[in-house]
Amino acid sequence: MSSTSSASLLLAPVSGRRRTTDRLMRGILLAGTVIALIPLVLVVYYLFSRGLKGMTASGFFTTDPTGNFLGNPGGVKSAILGTLEIVALAAVIAIPVGIGVALYLVEFGKKTIFAQFVRYFIDVMTGVPSIVFGLFIYITLVTTKIGGSFTGWKGSLALALLMLPVVTRSAEVVLILVPESLREAALALGVPRWKVTMKIVLPTALPGLITGSLLAVARGMGETAPLLFTSATVFGTTYNLGDRMNSLPAQIFADISQPKDDIVNRAWASALTLVLLILAITLIARLAARRSRVS
Amino acid sequence: MSPDPAFTPEQQQEQPMSATPSDGPADVRVSPTAAATRSASDAAAAEQVGSGHSMSVKDVDAYYGETHAIRGVSIEYRANEVTAMIGPSGCGKSTLLRCLNRMHEEIPGARARGQILLDDTDIYGPGVDVVSVRRAIGMVFQKPNPFPTMSIFDNVAAGLKLNGVKGVDMKERVEKSLRGAGLWDEVKDRLSSPGVGLSGGQQQRLCIARTIAVEPRIVLMDEPCSALDPIATLKVEDLIHELKRDYTIVIVTHNMQQAARVADTTAFFLLGDMVEHTKTEDIFSNPQDSRTEEYVTGKFG
Repeated sequence: MSSTSSASLLLAPVSGRRRTTDRLMRGILLAGTVIALIPLVLVVYYLFSRGLKGMTASGFFTTDPTGNFLGNPGGVKSAILGTLEIVALAAVIAIPVGIGVALYLVEFGKKTIFAQFVRYFIDVMTGVPSIVFGLFIYITLVTTKIGGSFTGWKGSLALALLMLPVVTRSAEVVLILVPESLREAALALGVPRWKVTMKIVLPTALPGLITGSLLAVARGMGETAPLLFTSATVFGTTYNLGDRMNSLPAQIFADISQPKDDIVNRAWASALTLVLLILAITLIARLAARRSRVS
Repeated sequence: MSPDPAFTPEQQQEQPMSATPSDGPADVRVSPTAAATRSASDAAAAEQVGSGHSMSVKDVDAYYGETHAIRGVSIEYRANEVTAMIGPSGCGKSTLLRCLNRMHEEIPGARARGQILLDDTDIYGPGVDVVSVRRAIGMVFQKPNPFPTMSIFDNVAAGLKLNGVKGVDMKERVEKSLRGAGLWDEVKDRLSSPGVGLSGGQQQRLCIARTIAVEPRIVLMDEPCSALDPIATLKVEDLIHELKRDYTIVIVTHNMQQAARVADTTAFFLLGDMVEHTKTEDIFSNPQDSRTEEYVTGKFG
């Protein structure tokens, strides 16, 4: 073959320089990927190696923190339940509002000045540090003692503010992907606009909306700063969102600086629990997204 | 294009379809000889003429922002006939079609002016609900667009269900519509499977079934076969012949042979103007305007 290819200028073989450049560039990209993976792998490794010990300690999931520095520090039941409750309320607030805003932007607002302003504002909100939302709720609701001082629902509000732009942005992207031809098909059947939105656009976009919303939930679940000044930390389990409420991030924050191995181990175990919770939610989001491939 | 042998000079002298708005109600002018040139099954359709509804467009202008897409077009669509609109891309034929059920105004920045009558009612008149216009004037689109979240059955029933129509036997109506669209035998055993699982041609017939399920008066078709293969196209064209019995059909097509096959009358559009509208045979064998002749003989476009 080499004799024919060297004879033909028209179909010359790949030059040595191009081959070298190709190898070099592939090598650089691979190296970059590996470097990016190192901290990720290390984080997961440390979480498991240090967290599993605390997690398997008796009563980790079933008892509340005792608050005793000496003796048994107790588990994190109140923190797990608190996180679930606070995040659930935040999701109930942020997801409908966020999807509603996205529906307005995509279906009705479109390119109007108001819609563009809202979009810009949401982008700004995405970039606001989470502690600022916590401070905002602290100043407007906690210091004014509206409905108690530190309460679970105030933490939910702070998280909802944080999740809102995430939900809205992801929902907007998904709604834009709903083919215009489907809206036209429904409109041409004489279906009113609002029904087209509710019965055609929303169901078509549903898997994507679920994915975006769950990712926002996962994001909110891991936030510490907005909860510190709003829900605070307590030891006991409560199901009352009007009380102070414990949460995993706040528990980790309080535990990790304690000069006692048992408590530090509890922090690692809490971190592992939090990561596993978020992993579970992300997996559900992925599964929902996969189902959307039908169309 | 060679003259059609079945096409006699006597028929040529028939009153050509005129576009002037001064003409009387369209139904009255339907000539039995026009139908006689069709097959026997279509002759039966001719006997029912008068049950359908007509549309007339009077001096309509349409715009996309600053772009003047249609310039003062007037045209009549006669009851129980197929009217084809042909012309090169950008000539305004699709825009006019979308004006006929007020879908044009769904495009941001688009607006239309003039009078479009369904029978005697101006669909752009004050107090006319755009939703009721679209219920009366159905539309089939270029690309088949069944609702991806719905089964075959639900797709056909979508118009009725979403409009909250009560007192209709849904099963019966779905079967009737699917039969009407020539799809019943192919899908009757899998009505609950997703509509998007059908082939392209079947999807388009499903969309036609969905359109006729709400029992509109007029069916608009925007290049309904351009995304289909020749066999599926043939089926849809046969279907158009069938549908003519019950509906008045307006079809936009890029395919001149298709216009020749399905349409009773054909209108040629160029740059937002309607150049000529007459019997389909005349458009192809005896066009009055030199631009029409150049287009249908393939000199441009």
